[in-house]
Amino acid sequence: MLYIKCPYCGLRAQKEFSYGGDATVKRPNINEEVSSEDWDNFVYMRKSPRGKHIELWQHIAGCRQWIKVQRDTATHEIFQTAKVTEEIR
Amino acid sequence: MSQPFRLNKEGLINRNKKISFTFNGKKLFGYEGDTIASALIANGIHLVGRSFKYHRPRGFFGAGVEEPNAKLQVEFNGHSEPNVNATEMELVEGLSATSQNCWPSVNFDVGAINNFLKMFFPAGFYYKTFMWPKSFWYKIYEPFIRKAAGLGVASIEKDKERYEHKFEYCDLLVTGSGPSGLASAYAAAKNGAKVILAEDKPRFGGTLLTDDVSIDNLSGKDWAEKIITELKSMPNVTVKNRSQVFGYYDHNMLVMFERVSDHLEKKSKFTPRQRLWYIRAKETILSTGSIERPIVFGNNDTPGIFLSAAAKEYMKVYGVLVGKKPVIFTNNDSAYETALEFKKNNVEPIILDTREEHSSELIDEAKSKGIDIRFSHGVIVANGYKKVKSAKIGKLNKDKNSFEKIETVDCDCICVSGFWTPSVHLASQSGNKLKYEEKIDAFIPDKKKQHETSVGAANGSFTLEESLKHGFENGSNLSAKITETKTEISIPNVNEKNYGAHDKFWCMPLPKNENPKRFVDFQNDVSVSDIEIAIREGYRSIEHVKRYTTLGMATDQGRTSNLNGLQLVSNIENKIVPEVGHTTFRPPFTPITIGTIVGREVGMEYMPTRKTPMHEWHEKNNAVFVDAGAWKRPRYYKEGNETLFEASKREAKNVRENVGICDVTTLGKIDIKGPDAAEFLNRVYTNAWMKLPIGKARYGLMLREDGIVMDDGTTTRISENHYHMTTTTAQAANVLSHLEYYLQIVWPELNVNVVSTTEQWAGAAIAGPKSRDMLSKLYPDLDVSNEALPFMGYKEAEFFGVPSRIFRISFSGELAYEINVKSDHGMFMWEKMMEVGKEFGNQPYGTEALSTLRIEMGHVAGPELDGRTIPSDVSLNGLVSKKKDFIGKNSLGREAFNVESRQKIVGLIPIDRKSSIPEGSHIVQDQNAKLPNPKLGHVSSSCWSVENNNPFSLAIMKDGKNMIGKKFFAVSPLKNKSIEVEVISSHYVDPEGKRVRS
Repeated sequence: MLYIKCPYCGLRAQKEFSYGGDATVKRPNINEEVSSEDWDNFVYMRKSPRGKHIELWQHIAGCRQWIKVQRDTATHEIFQTAKVTEEIR
Repeated sequence: MSQPFRLNKEGLINRNKKISFTFNGKKLFGYEGDTIASALIANGIHLVGRSFKYHRPRGFFGAGVEEPNAKLQVEFNGHSEPNVNATEMELVEGLSATSQNCWPSVNFDVGAINNFLKMFFPAGFYYKTFMWPKSFWYKIYEPFIRKAAGLGVASIEKDKERYEHKFEYCDLLVTGSGPSGLASAYAAAKNGAKVILAEDKPRFGGTLLTDDVSIDNLSGKDWAEKIITELKSMPNVTVKNRSQVFGYYDHNMLVMFERVSDHLEKKSKFTPRQRLWYIRAKETILSTGSIERPIVFGNNDTPGIFLSAAAKEYMKVYGVLVGKKPVIFTNNDSAYETALEFKKNNVEPIILDTREEHSSELIDEAKSKGIDIRFSHGVIVANGYKKVKSAKIGKLNKDKNSFEKIETVDCDCICVSGFWTPSVHLASQSGNKLKYEEKIDAFIPDKKKQHETSVGAANGSFTLEESLKHGFENGSNLSAKITETKTEISIPNVNEKNYGAHDKFWCMPLPKNENPKRFVDFQNDVSVSDIEIAIREGYRSIEHVKRYTTLGMATDQGRTSNLNGLQLVSNIENKIVPEVGHTTFRPPFTPITIGTIVGREVGMEYMPTRKTPMHEWHEKNNAVFVDAGAWKRPRYYKEGNETLFEASKREAKNVRENVGICDVTTLGKIDIKGPDAAEFLNRVYTNAWMKLPIGKARYGLMLREDGIVMDDGTTTRISENHYHMTTTTAQAANVLSHLEYYLQIVWPELNVNVVSTTEQWAGAAIAGPKSRDMLSKLYPDLDVSNEALPFMGYKEAEFFGVPSRIFRISFSGELAYEINVKSDHGMFMWEKMMEVGKEFGNQPYGTEALSTLRIEMGHVAGPELDGRTIPSDVSLNGLVSKKKDFIGKNSLGREAFNVESRQKIVGLIPIDRKSSIPEGSHIVQDQNAKLPNPKLGHVSSSCWSVENNNPFSLAIMKDGKNMIGKKFFAVSPLKNKSIEVEVISSHYVDPEGKRVRS
């Protein structure tokens, strides 16, 4: 079970979180034209990297904030967590 | 009642307390502190089971977790458990143990015929034999294999025991209380660290209890006791015996299995049987020790053959002799300690040492005591069927591949030692890639992957001095980093015997023309020849050899067999062991009960039960409940002997004719506030929201980004910047997360807050032509006319002195209202409604009637919004704005969503107007067509239309809009039904929606 540091609440067990997918995907702006290709990429296309991956988790049984987690998909090592408004480099 | 193999004095058992038990029906006794194994051996009983495949007689081999053979069916404290390890289970009064895998008895087992047919059961036997004919599989092969498989019998009784889970956090977790573990825990404790010390066995001390050593002039045992006593007195230390750390998971989480009360005769009602600990440790010391491995020889599975350290443990801990004429067969010095212990107890052993004549401290001591030592010797084959009677021994030639002399010696036990294998299971589970240590012919941990440090024998250090030193140093250094305190501890003086080098010898050759079975894995009956066959047949990877032969796959996970198996493979393949590699170590280290894994999450505690504030009333009024997620909802209110069908028809009919009330508390409710709330709703819903007036509700449809309908519900504008959203019961949690996602991540610039208020409001729907009359009685001072409170209107008013919200919305398709009051007033509201409604013929209705009402109206719900439908599929495209953007809009333009023959919701009625159509039925053109019969659609919801008094269903059908008036078959292979149906509009009742507006 992972041990995830919520930027608002501190270290909490994975049980309290739910997974939310790739955090680097950006939704096309509302009310702006978007090509079919860009839209399809946004809706369907996801990378499945082995190694470092920035992903979204929601602290669903805690503060209910969505957070960013940089995790190694092979070893589960967590390098960094951040608020969604912050950048992970 | 004498115990022929019990020593007079030795041992740590409590001779003042006798414990009686039975084995295969025979009454026996042992002492407090005995295991089943030690008590049976004391009574001279060695034959306890039959082997898995060949049904060969089997006895005890080890004295702890390494035991591969002695698995018993044990009944105690009112339950029956299979595959209990006799060497671990402590004796309790009244325990009854029986042998497994034998019929009619362990002494005469019919299955032993397999032993004489063994040439027909080679490796891969099942794979090869049961391949064909295919039709034999279900009726002949599978039942046969099932009957033959497995050892014990699982109980079918409900487990009445209590199991618990515990979460714990610590600075340092120490797994194992041998010398290195004690030293680590002690040093860390002195530094002020929060320490947990876990010991699998009942007694602390590990090898200190059995080795002839001294520390600071105390015996090993006394030193261990001194340290444990001090640790127990420290507030920052938790010391746990009978507790095995069996799994090492991500982020330094370890799981421990504590046997709390199996060894107790009496316990309180609330004492759990076993407890599972989830321990998040900052640092972990793996002091799990090592396990002796055997040398492989002929018939090495005969009862009476022991690991030499186990024989020593039986003497030193339990005061029990495993035999009175022992042969010690070894390739190293440690078995000499066993021989000396026999000698001390006036038993004359013979030592067979595979090494050439040489000298060491222990060899010299054995010689000086007059023990018969034969160098370059080994056991070729054990004689005796149900118990060792003699051993054919041989003098090995220089190359150790043939014999210079063969003779037979009488003996009643053989104690074998092939050197020591570090227990690296936890290290490996933590992600540590192991490395092969040539010096000890075994794997030890390599670079650490998590915060784990292996010390002592688990790390390949087999001397006491080194183990203690590593323990003290690592315990001190690791904890000092956490507590920033360092207490100097002097490392104690140690007195131990020096061991000479071991012999890299693991398997006895066979003389010409002799072919006894030489077992590598006892529990799964895997012999040398099985592994040879696997390699001959082309299996190369050790993982494949393992699966083909089942080597190391039994409940003992190959603790005594893995390395010998690897040696064999590497010898045949002419590779070195590290090239062959090892198989994966997986948790749990030893079997644990399912009850412990489940913990308290059984029955009512399996998941939370959500009850509405009106639940008690429903219960008192014969409601039959249905689970809606975690909620309990009344499905129908039973009157007399009514069936579900009769009751729901009565309730639905009453709504259509009079008025009914329904508990709708379970609907998801989300409070939305903020200056950008309207803009936010406008983006979340498919329809327009910017112009919704205050005091009005609107029906809204929510999509996922891929265009699929996510949820529907009404949202009401309470005030300028305040909205009240409802969701379906099932989607409440998902919708909230969905809204939070967009507000926090996608559009953080929107000034909106959302919060769930599902639990805060109790809700009741009042539906039916007389609902307005009833409402006016509930709110005598309020104008509830169609003009003052029109369809989709909203008002706030006092409900008999209690604040309430009135929404004129309808799910039933009738003139209807929903009243919300604070949860605490829910029961008050409900009872008032029942009282006031009497004169209008009001009756409560459950979810079944509610479904009937919405289905015949053609209102969609969960079965239609099933994650595969877009708005036009369910005739909701009128709610999709063409003017504005919203979540999922871009996906609606996809080609497949817009083809002419796209699926669409339709209504179905049976041609005979009588046969109800099972939900889930497939719609086909020809019910007798050859399979696979093309599927045109499926039935999503079915009801008995109370309005038209015949069955009616909703279905999602390909090219649905062009199917009206056509006839098909709805077939349900599950219910074995085929019903001829006619396709009609999905709006079966009041298609213009006049009633809701009346």
